[in-house]
Formats: sequence, C-alpha cells, structure tokens
Amino acid sequence: MLSVTNLKVRYGNTEALHGISFTVDKGEIVTLIGANGAGKTTTLLSIARLGPPEGPKIIEGDITYKGQSLLPVPPHEIVSKMSMALAPEGRHIFGNLTVEENLTLATYARKDMDNVKRDYERVYELFPRLVERRRQRSESLSGGEQQMLAVGRALMTGADFIMLDEPSMGLAPLLMYDMFRALKELNSQGMTLLLIEQNARIALQFAHRGYVLDTGAIVASGNARELMDNPDVKKAYLGG
Amino acid sequence: MLETFIQQGINALQLGSYYSLIALGYCLVYGVLLLINFAHGDIFMVGAYIAFFCATALMGKYGVLDAGMSGWIVLALTVPLTMLLTSGVGVFIERVAYRPLRLKGANRLYVVITALMMGIVLEYGNLAMLGATRKSFPTLVPRAIFEIGGATVTSLKLAAIFTSFAVFGLLQWIVTRTKIGMAMRAVSFDKFAVPLMGIPLDIVIIFTFFLGSSMAGLAGLLYAMNFPVLDPFMGALVGWKAFIAAVVGGIGDIRGAFIGGFLLAFLEVTVAATFSSELRDLISFTILLGILSWKPTGLFGKPRTTKI
Repeated sequence: MLSVTNLKVRYGNTEALHGISFTVDKGEIVTLIGANGAGKTTTLLSIARLGPPEGPKIIEGDITYKGQSLLPVPPHEIVSKMSMALAPEGRHIFGNLTVEENLTLATYARKDMDNVKRDYERVYELFPRLVERRRQRSESLSGGEQQMLAVGRALMTGADFIMLDEPSMGLAPLLMYDMFRALKELNSQGMTLLLIEQNARIALQFAHRGYVLDTGAIVASGNARELMDNPDVKKAYLGG
Repeated sequence: MLETFIQQGINALQLGSYYSLIALGYCLVYGVLLLINFAHGDIFMVGAYIAFFCATALMGKYGVLDAGMSGWIVLALTVPLTMLLTSGVGVFIERVAYRPLRLKGANRLYVVITALMMGIVLEYGNLAMLGATRKSFPTLVPRAIFEIGGATVTSLKLAAIFTSFAVFGLLQWIVTRTKIGMAMRAVSFDKFAVPLMGIPLDIVIIFTFFLGSSMAGLAGLLYAMNFPVLDPFMGALVGWKAFIAAVVGGIGDIRGAFIGGFLLAFLEVTVAATFSSELRDLISFTILLGILSWKPTGLFGKPRTTKI
C-alpha cells in the first residue's frame, strides 16, 4: 500500500536520510524504531509532504501510496485526497481552540457528513476523557489528553492510514498502555498505522512489523517478534 | 453644552469607524501571519481611488457606460466593486511580495521591511500614474441631515458608523463561528499543523488578505464620500494611526483593534475640542503612550494566548 523506495532527503546541506526503503501493507501496524536523530521524524514529514522551510527536501527516490507517487502532491491533499494523516511529534494541537474545535477543524475538507458524525462518536468512545473536556481550550489539557486529541484529530480527517510520531512521549506508563490499546483497537477496525517510537519495547509489542533506523539508514527489519529476539536490536534498543 | 457633546461624540464615532475598519485589517493579517502589513494604510488609499474610478465610470465619465444611472444605483454598485477590486490588490501584494519570502522561510523582519517598501511603491506608483492633482470624489447621493438633540448629523456619517459596527459583527461571526475562521485562528497558533488537517494554508492566508483589504476598500470609499478630496498620501497618516490604535487595543484580538480605533478617535476629538486642534496628536498620542507603558500587550491583548 505505502512503498518508500531509496528515499534520500536533505535539510539545508545536511543529508538526513541516505536512501531508505520500506513498505507498509493495508491493515498493518508497522513501527520505525531508532535513537534520537536517526531520521524517524524526517521520514514521516517526507511522507506527509511537509517541505521546506520546516520540513526536509526530497532529493532522490520515490514514495508511492496505492500505486500513486506522493512527490507531486501538496501536503493538504495528502490528507484530503490520499486519506493519510499524521499526528506529529510534539502534538501540535491548536491550543487557542477548544477540544471540539480542534476535531471539527480536521473535518475541514470532508464532504461525507454522515461519516463525520460517526467519527466524532468513535473518537469520544476511544478517548472518553475528551468528552468531558469538549468545550475547554485545548491548551489546558494534560499531556496525555493532548496526545489523545492529536490522535483523535488524525482520525477526524477521515484517514485510513495514520502516521504517529512518538505517541507515548511524555506519558506515564499506564496512560502509555492505554494509548497503545486504543491504537490496537483502531487497527482491528481496519486502520493502517505507521508508528515511530523511541520506546522500542512497547512499539514492538503492539506492531506487526518493524524497521530499525540508524543515522539515516535502515539497519534491520522483520516482524516484531524477530526484531525483539535479534541480539543487536536487543542490545541497542531494548536495554540488553 | 449637550449639543456640543453629542456633536463631538458623533464626530468621534465617525472618525473611529475609519480607524477601526483599517485597524481590523492590520489585526487580521498580524493575527494570522504575525506580519505587520505596513502597506495596509496605502491599501486604504488605493481603495479610495478605486472607489473614485468605479463611481465616475458608472456615472458615465469615461463614456464606457450610459450616464443615466441614479446615484443610489451607482453607490450600490460601487460598494461591492470597490471591496472586490481592493481585496484583489491586497491578495496580489501578498502573492508577489510576501509569499515568496514566506516560502523561503525568511525572517519576519524582512517581510515587514517588504511591506514598508510596498506601501511606498503604492504611494509613488499612484503619483506617477495619476499625477499630483488631487481628485475630488463626486457626490453620489444627496446628504440627508438629521437633528439629534440639537446636533446635526449627516446620513453619510451615520452610514460610516453603522457600516463599521456591521462589519465588526460579521467579522466576529466569521472568526468564531465558521470553519475558515477556525482555520484562521489555527494558523495564528500553529502554522505547521494546518496542512495536516487537510487545509490548504495558502487559501487561509489569501482569505485573510481578502477580508482585510476589502474592509480597507470599504473604509476608503466611506472616507472619500465624507472627505471628498483624494491624494496619494492620504493613507499614510491614517494608516499609521489605525495601526497604533490596533496595538493599543491589543493587536492580537479583533475586539481590541475595533475598540482601539474608537478610543483614538475619542481622544483626538476630545483634545481638539478642549484644547486646540494643533495639540490634538501630541496629547492624544502621549496618552496612548501612557496606556502602552502601563499595559504593553494592549487593552485586550494577552501575552501568548489567542491571536485574532
């Protein structure tokens, strides 16, 4: 479904990805693990087509989704036409809008109003805490709630492919497991997920397959079980 | 005494209407892009000229149209035409002058300098094309004169005041109740995440300039009808004053910009009536200075919360 081939990207004069290739199939949870600065966020920004000044510039390779190259697609059409969403690193929720306004804004380009209604229910069912906070300015939410909102917002775009950049960041362990259970639940409803995590242990526990990124190159890949048993991965990312 | 009071009050409301309409445009663009669009006062001037050419063309001056239209129909056509064409100018400036810098990630300082230069280009472009002779704006509709508590009020003054309040109400509704308004607030908070919602960033920015410039065009038309002498530099001082009014009111908030415009007008009129009109700007701006040093974010501004 998603296929990244020999992707090379640059920030200014620094090459951040040196020709990586990977695929994500429909219905899968795939995770990219790796240390800080390995190029994980860069990979997602490239797929979401967020370019300079904030994002990277693709210099070689291709990204195709459902057989179509994403390179000429502007970022808002990745969402509105390709139905792919990104819950970015640092959440980037609109703190000056209420929780509900954040969710509504994500439906900006949608015409399928019946499904929109169903999606609100789905988000509130998945994250009941957002219901209580519906009318609050979202900057008043706790970190965990903001993360729920970021994922909820990605859902409200109507996407069937969601990319998540460190959904566990800043969450207490209990909340982290809640978040991953919610993601698993979404996946069981047919959502394809591409997930970035520094916490390799939890990511591999929930994902089907994984790729290990190290300084802009993929150094290992396989199904989650294999990666967890791989001695190198164990040593570098799972704490021995 | 009461008569003078009402008379001056209405004068202040009228003057405040122009300041407020212009201040709202500064506020919108600043709120969304954090850009102080210093060309905005000159867009007001361009609006007045566009209104002049629309009105005279519709009255048959250039022979392109039949001269038989009544003043009311000319006015009814001039209003939307002026707003549309002026917003076209504003959007065009954004497209050719500001967007290229934004796409290159230029520091905001350079964009502000570009805006200053753009204003000068508009002023002297007008001078080069139309010459230094002032234009006088034609009388479109007969002025009705009312008496309120002994003070005389023209229909044109009332129209200006009424229009500014109506526009403010409409703007408030757009910003708080519509999806595009929500998107404008979202851009002001976090530009990066806006395309991730499936929203084309450029459309939101174009819409912002469209709104701001069409209000400046409307202000230009109303101003020209009340003070019917146009010159290329008419927007400079009024623009500066409206900008200061927006900052004192709290430039991040449209209520602040709106009230700031009236506050400045009331100060000016009060000073001119009690002391003399030569002291008007000196005293009123000294008071505004005092307000800002007491509350640097403006009356309605809050540090780092909502913009617009």
